[in-house]
Amino acid sequence: MVNLPFAVSAADRRLLPEGRFAGPMPWVIAIMMFLTVLAGAGGLGLRRGAQGLQSSLGERLTVQIVDANGDVREAQARAALDMLRRQEGVLAVKRVSEAEMNAIMTRVLGAGAIEADLPVPVMIDVDLNPAAYARRDVIAATLRDVAPAARVDDNATWLGPLANLLGSLKWLALALVVLMTAATGAAVVLAARGALDTHRGTIEVMHLMGSTDYQVARLFQRRIALDALFGGALGFIAGVVVLAGIGSRVGALGSDLLGSAGLVAVDWLLLLALPVAGIGLAMLVARMTVLRALRKML
Amino acid sequence: MQFDNVGLRYGTGAETLSDISFTLRRGGFYFLTGPSGAGKTSLLKLLYLNQRPSRGLIRLFGEDLVSMPRERLPGFRRRIGVVFQDFRLVRHLSAFDNVALPLRVAGVEDRDLEQPVREMLAWVGLSDRASARPATLSGGEQQRVAIARAVIGRPDMLVADEPTGNVDPEMAARLLHLFDALNRLGTTIIVATHDIHLLTRIGRAEMMRLDRGHLADPTGALRHPPRRESTGMSA
Repeated sequence: MVNLPFAVSAADRRLLPEGRFAGPMPWVIAIMMFLTVLAGAGGLGLRRGAQGLQSSLGERLTVQIVDANGDVREAQARAALDMLRRQEGVLAVKRVSEAEMNAIMTRVLGAGAIEADLPVPVMIDVDLNPAAYARRDVIAATLRDVAPAARVDDNATWLGPLANLLGSLKWLALALVVLMTAATGAAVVLAARGALDTHRGTIEVMHLMGSTDYQVARLFQRRIALDALFGGALGFIAGVVVLAGIGSRVGALGSDLLGSAGLVAVDWLLLLALPVAGIGLAMLVARMTVLRALRKML
Repeated sequence: MQFDNVGLRYGTGAETLSDISFTLRRGGFYFLTGPSGAGKTSLLKLLYLNQRPSRGLIRLFGEDLVSMPRERLPGFRRRIGVVFQDFRLVRHLSAFDNVALPLRVAGVEDRDLEQPVREMLAWVGLSDRASARPATLSGGEQQRVAIARAVIGRPDMLVADEPTGNVDPEMAARLLHLFDALNRLGTTIIVATHDIHLLTRIGRAEMMRLDRGHLADPTGALRHPPRRESTGMSA
């Protein structure tokens, strides 16, 4: 006998009558799937954000050369750039352009700050490989030899707490997915038990006519699978619509950090796997519940 | 079917059936009688494999049922037709689908069961009620559907609990004729009944009488049935 959940004849389907999607089960699954998709998307987005943060800022030093005398500042900047470019393990050295600095200053201090002839420090971004990053203190000391006005900021110093936060939120999102999956499983157990009680008379008659446990379980599996298919699809679509709305709003913010938390194709595939896995889980749980109940009968 | 010192107890109560021993010949016709509460339904439950005994030995079709794994029981149940006292029709299925149920359980394709089900419904006089749900059938009609369902699969053994309790005498005679015909084709028939008239209708039938959970078998004929000539049935 084929044991596929949908390979049930029309006559067999009539054995468990109730109107489709009439009970609460598909709607409960839809709500759970909606929340699971959001939590899953949150977790994946946070992972992407953390990765983006790590790759763009993780092993980067920012050098500031602060001196009121513009000539001294410029001379030390050139010496620093020259020294950094000669260091082994330095992947990239980039002086932040005057235009970029002006933009930053304008954003922080307002448009009048530039006109006030404020001494603007020279900023240099330095990307290191892991080996060079490990000896960043040595590099900083060498740098100060050639540019005494240099201040070296390790991005990881301020990035660490943020990375920890993103990591914690990522695990929280994963925990939510697991909890909601467990809750969905529990809801399926209750639904299967309820359906068993509702159809106990039919099941007993089938049982006494020689139905195997698997024949009976298949009927319930199919029914739960259809509920899960409807609920999963509905919850997934609702989740995608909400995520699309959030995505467009994040895009409007223009934030690099939030922007890096966007989902890529693989993430969408993973999210799509949630309703598929949900259907499989629902069928498996329904089957186990029904088989366990049937085994109590002779 | 062989029962040997079988006892049945529900929970921790007293035994409902005690020291039941008998052998049913393949192709035999048996009436099971006794007062209400004597244990007839309990004995029938053992016969149609709805209960395991608390003690004793039961052999069916040559195999020990007491120690048989439950996974093998469906195969045996398909060889037993049951007419329940309360009919146990599936209320949301039509008369046709109720009668077809044992065939579907046995894996018969829809195209192959149409004709036998129609014929069986015709036999019990319900051709024009094939699409009716049980709730719209009279008690007698429901009983006939239940009987048609029990015999549609040509079982090796038919167990019927008061099968004529809700039908008029003419239909009772007709149903008994159906049982008789099945019996002549080799089906072992066990009918639990209070109807004294039924007992006289089948001359070759043997009587089993239960009283307070004990089987009366004063001559030992049930325990050691005499071998007798075939009555034309293929046993």
